[in-house]
Amino acid sequence: MATRTEFKNPLVRWVDERLPVFTYMDHEYNRFPMPKNLNYLWSFGALASIVLVVMIVTGVMLAMQYTAHVDFAFESVERIMRDVNYGWLLRYLHMNGGSMFFIVVYIHVFRGLYYGSYKAPRELLWMLGVIILLLMMATAFMGYVLPWGQMSFWAATVITNLFSAIPWIGDAIVTWLWGGFAVDNPTLNRFYALHYLFPFLIFAVVGLHVVAVHITGSNNPTGVEVQSPRDTVTFHPYFTTKDSVGLGVFLIFFAAVVFFAPNMFGEPDNYIKADPLNTPPHIVPEWYFLPYYAILRAVPDNFIGSWIGFVLVDAKLAGVIAMFGSILVLLLVPWLDTSKVRSARYRPIYKWFFWILVVDCIVLGWVGANPPEGKFIAIGRLATAYYFAHFLILMPLLGKFERPLPLPASISEPVLKGAASQMEKA
Amino acid sequence: MADKAQTPEGHEDDGPTRRDFLDLSLATIVVGAAGTALFAWPIIDSMNPAADVLALATVEVDLSAIEVGQSITIKWRGKPVFIRRRTEAEIAEARADDAADLKDPQTDAERVQKPEWLVMVGVCTHLGCIPLGQKPSDPKGDYGGWFCPCHGSHYDLSGRIRLGPAPRNLPVPQYTFLDDSAIRIG
Repeated sequence: MATRTEFKNPLVRWVDERLPVFTYMDHEYNRFPMPKNLNYLWSFGALASIVLVVMIVTGVMLAMQYTAHVDFAFESVERIMRDVNYGWLLRYLHMNGGSMFFIVVYIHVFRGLYYGSYKAPRELLWMLGVIILLLMMATAFMGYVLPWGQMSFWAATVITNLFSAIPWIGDAIVTWLWGGFAVDNPTLNRFYALHYLFPFLIFAVVGLHVVAVHITGSNNPTGVEVQSPRDTVTFHPYFTTKDSVGLGVFLIFFAAVVFFAPNMFGEPDNYIKADPLNTPPHIVPEWYFLPYYAILRAVPDNFIGSWIGFVLVDAKLAGVIAMFGSILVLLLVPWLDTSKVRSARYRPIYKWFFWILVVDCIVLGWVGANPPEGKFIAIGRLATAYYFAHFLILMPLLGKFERPLPLPASISEPVLKGAASQMEKA
Repeated sequence: MADKAQTPEGHEDDGPTRRDFLDLSLATIVVGAAGTALFAWPIIDSMNPAADVLALATVEVDLSAIEVGQSITIKWRGKPVFIRRRTEAEIAEARADDAADLKDPQTDAERVQKPEWLVMVGVCTHLGCIPLGQKPSDPKGDYGGWFCPCHGSHYDLSGRIRLGPAPRNLPVPQYTFLDDSAIRIG
């Protein structure tokens, strides 16, 4: 904060001289220079932070009504749905808010991948985003356990059992995670405590993410850095209004789901109370975890073992490594992408591979939703191999072999040129 | 003695120096850090099974009501335990499979105390689902024992993994025969 803003209101000035919060808001959200060519894909960061606030507010209200005990959890959620004033609204907002959060964040992530928003100097900004994604996944998983339905219980069982794949200490870790010898009351209690804690960790990392983007400034669709004030407009009113339009559209969609199809994203089995002695025939995670679930199941028996020649890693551990690897590989993307050009707009080959990756992720989700039988096994393996090949092979190679289109000299140039050539025609 | 280290005041002093104080504070930091690190253990260990959870760790089962060929499922430490009174044919088949290509090699004799009674934890060693096969109407998999619906693991009549992603046989818990018709698990 270079200079303090001069405020007319004496009370504001009094506070600002002692704690410059108003100057901060003025610099970062009022006068903050934004590239003037941002499209609506740049609204999704703001949307994600709004969903986070919605989740925290509805979550705190639900916590006042919820009972974290295996004998009462399921009933307390049903009580929220039937007896608590507007409990149905709070719960449906929270339940579908999780799906909305992932929709918005996935679009935000793919936006970054398309326009190269992870490239220098925005590597840390990107990596903080990956950490937010990981925290979100942990939070969503633990939240899904709390209603203590059949899917809650068996999702908790399957996912915590993943850690038993760790050599030697795996079983001790799983017992420690459970606080017992199966998913039971101690597990439910700690998941509740952590489900309440993690959103505040997310909030903190989002704070760092926002600080980082205000240091580097936003990327833009051309991927060309801002060069002069001619390339920018102030955050307010230009992007406050633009983001408001995006927010309006998003809220219509959110409300449509909450009021007309509140169980669209859910599994009917989760309205059956958890039964530790009866596994549902087909366990599926929530839609936003389906691609990872497909990757988890894709690794063939003794895959790495047969590769190296002896059994080093069994299929279970290899599947777990692949699943976590599919997120962690994102941390390396700033260095895996060797192209000097940020935006796919000027990368004729990468642009295609980007869309193939999008399709690949959808295919993985489709495979994850189906039982691991027949064609789904082969498709799941191919799609998993392609996912990793995209990041580990194609990204580094494309930067070397692709011939990018000529970049504009500045953000303003294509616009001004267009205007000039139109003038000539006229 | 002119080379001897001197205190900043410039006069020789055999008593503690300021350097000694710095060394002492380093030791303090090391001890403090170690103490803090040690305190992490109670915090971590508090999440392990508590005494009351451990106290529920044994269960006694009356076997007298189980007919030959019948299975029952009881709950032990929050997990299902499969108890199956095997027929002569099933025992013979399980023993014949000792020679098969096993992923987790164990003979049938190693897995039972009395061949008639197969006792094992009914939790798939893949990701913890409960295999089907306890009820007569359940699918029993390609090896006539148990089949896990989650990711398709097949277990034989000795509870050994034969096909699918699970890495190990269904575990046999510690148990003792109290008499001919009762066991204590745990």
